[in-house]
Amino acid sequence: MSSVFKVHTMAEMMANGETPDILFWVGCSGSFDDRAKKITKAVAKILHHCNVKFAVLGAEESCTGDPAKRAGNEFTFQMQAMMNIQVLDAYEIKKIVTACPHCFNTLKNEYPELGGKYEVIHHTQLIQDLINQGKLALEGSQIYKGKKITFHDPCYLGRANDIYEAPRVLIEKLDAELIEMKRCKTNGLCCGAGGAQMFKEAEKGNKEINVERTEDAIETNASIIATGCPFCNTMMTDGVKNFNKEQDIQVLDVAELIANAADL
Amino acid sequence: MSIIIFSILFVVGFYFFTKNILQVRSNILLGQKKKITDNTSERWKTMLLVALGQKKMFSRPIPALLHLCLYAAFIITQIELVEIFTDGFIGSHRFFLPYLGSFYVFMISFIEVLSVLALIATIIFLARRNLLKLHRLNMKELIGWPKKDANLILIMEIFLVTFIFTMNGADEAIQNLKGASYNFAISSHIANFIFGDFNEHTLHVLEQIGWWGHLLMVFTFLNYLPFSKHFHILLAFPNTYYSNLEKKGKFSNLASVTEEVKKMMDPSIDPFAATNAENEAPLRFGAKDVTDLTWKNLLDSYTCTECGRCTSSCPANQTGKLLSPRKIMMDTRDRLVEVGEGKRKNGKDYTDGKSLLGDYITEEEIWACTSCNACVQECPVNIDPLSIIIDLRRYLVMEESKMPSELTGMLTNIENNGAPWQFSPADRGNWINE
Ligand code: HEM
Ligand code: SF4
Ligand code: SF4
Repeated sequence: MSSVFKVHTMAEMMANGETPDILFWVGCSGSFDDRAKKITKAVAKILHHCNVKFAVLGAEESCTGDPAKRAGNEFTFQMQAMMNIQVLDAYEIKKIVTACPHCFNTLKNEYPELGGKYEVIHHTQLIQDLINQGKLALEGSQIYKGKKITFHDPCYLGRANDIYEAPRVLIEKLDAELIEMKRCKTNGLCCGAGGAQMFKEAEKGNKEINVERTEDAIETNASIIATGCPFCNTMMTDGVKNFNKEQDIQVLDVAELIANAADL
Repeated sequence: MSIIIFSILFVVGFYFFTKNILQVRSNILLGQKKKITDNTSERWKTMLLVALGQKKMFSRPIPALLHLCLYAAFIITQIELVEIFTDGFIGSHRFFLPYLGSFYVFMISFIEVLSVLALIATIIFLARRNLLKLHRLNMKELIGWPKKDANLILIMEIFLVTFIFTMNGADEAIQNLKGASYNFAISSHIANFIFGDFNEHTLHVLEQIGWWGHLLMVFTFLNYLPFSKHFHILLAFPNTYYSNLEKKGKFSNLASVTEEVKKMMDPSIDPFAATNAENEAPLRFGAKDVTDLTWKNLLDSYTCTECGRCTSSCPANQTGKLLSPRKIMMDTRDRLVEVGEGKRKNGKDYTDGKSLLGDYITEEEIWACTSCNACVQECPVNIDPLSIIIDLRRYLVMEESKMPSELTGMLTNIENNGAPWQFSPADRGNWINE
């Protein structure tokens, strides 16, 4: 384990007269959900390790409005968006990285029309860049060598934004065996959380969507289900529990895999 | 005489076809305005790949190949149709033959080979629906007319091909009686086999039955299209041209809401100042009925082939929920036809008290959607059922405040705490020091 470091907020940076290269948008799940906080920390460790000058908004961050918009409440969404844009513009933010595909999609695609124009990237894309630039070396890492890993495509990263490769490239860098589920990439099956479903009971049916998806993952015989979304992570973790397979199958974010492999 | 009958048939056929098309057009224009004029070159490219090139069909190779046979046969048969029309108008027989010579023989042979493939494909399509009972083609939204419609199209297709071979086969047999042959690839072989025992007069009659039958089927199809899922053979082209070219994750930002929110956020704007006519708030937020949807949503609904690829990839449908994106499209079209008919009969301000949401689509259906975009991804003609679902949700939430109670809580949390859960905004940075 490497040294303890301090994550700065934009307010602190500003007070010191500094400007970060990139804003790390943590998102509600990454801020409040105990499981997702671990993903947040993994991303922060990677950024710190690679000497990326980054900051977070801390208490000044607010929900992007994604669940409100998908639930049909355009008012709440646009109120959130306008408030966030005011904060981001006040700090003159140019570039944002986020570990949540929902925040990613909203910031990248839906904020520009409302006046918020930033370069937005998903954490898997940033990590891929860092590796390509030689700032993060995984050579010699053994912990995932030969391990069977399957990747669950988050809908809002994959179909919604056509990003399929970055997370897969990272998994391959681990020297692991990437096994695709029968439904993957454009055909990937949703985990069941999107469209504000995360916050409500499912409608009447004969099965939970996350259980259906977990079956796909179990069929691959992978020992790790990798994801790139905190909500998918929750759904797949619950799915694995449903089959009492917690002992055999881990659900980890790609950032966690990378941080572990780089021994951060 | 036959020229006169042909001409009447031609005029009547096209008159009703034009009338039907104009009706469909006026129905589609009942939708909300939406400007789609950008990126023309990208749009042509999408149309060429997705409609003409059948690109998205091939995610499922078996139906794609079967369909390709029908599709190719249809397109290439249009050449023969030009000749049929020419012969009809001037009373000639195989007008192009003397001009094209051996190329003509090649062309007709090519059409014949494709027609046989189309016949085989049609029979397999019928079997998939009625014998193999493929789940996708036998779900509950297809009970009744949609199922009959599907079978009717396939049966008409069989008739069409049969007429083509009756015409060419009998014609070949007449040639054979004279010790000659056109050397058409298929009919020169079936001529003796099927028509060998007939005399010249009977053969002429048969040839005429084939010719007129073919023609009759063409006009029948033409006028049947606007009432059928078979309309896709025309609408697939404009519909893919007007495809959404943005990232699928991007939902529209309601401009009317932006106005309101800006007023709320900026105290210097006079909330009662007249907005200029262009930005006038619409009748309602979101969609309750088809007329609240955009014209593109409505064009989508007419284009739907009812193939169910969307529904079979929908996570909600696969886990037994009521939602079926195909049903969303069929309901939209059926309701649009009803609204359009009502307005044509009773004037343009007529309303029948019914609506898409409630009378056709239930709340339970739209709340089951995860907005995963699988249906949008799958649709071979680039239909977007998700945008209709979201517009219906917008109406329910913003106009009627009707939603599952957990969502009310989630929205209150966002408004009060800036997060969908009940956490204090002040604790957002706690993870830093944990
Ligand atoms: C222009 C001539 C065309 C003809 C004659 C034609 C004919 C047909 C027929 C007969 C069916 C019914 C198959 C069944 O009963 O299962 C069908 C289905 C279908 N057609 Fe076409 N079609 C044409 C053009 C197109 C185009 C341009 C597209 C765009 C990609 C298209 C997409 C489809 C789809 C998606 C189905 C449903 C097939 C399935 O079950 O997966 N068609 N077509
Ligand atoms: S977006 Fe909604 S309707 Fe479409 S496939 Fe996903 S869950 Fe089904
Ligand atoms: S919306 Fe598209 S995928 Fe769904 S049934 Fe209609 S044509 Fe097929």
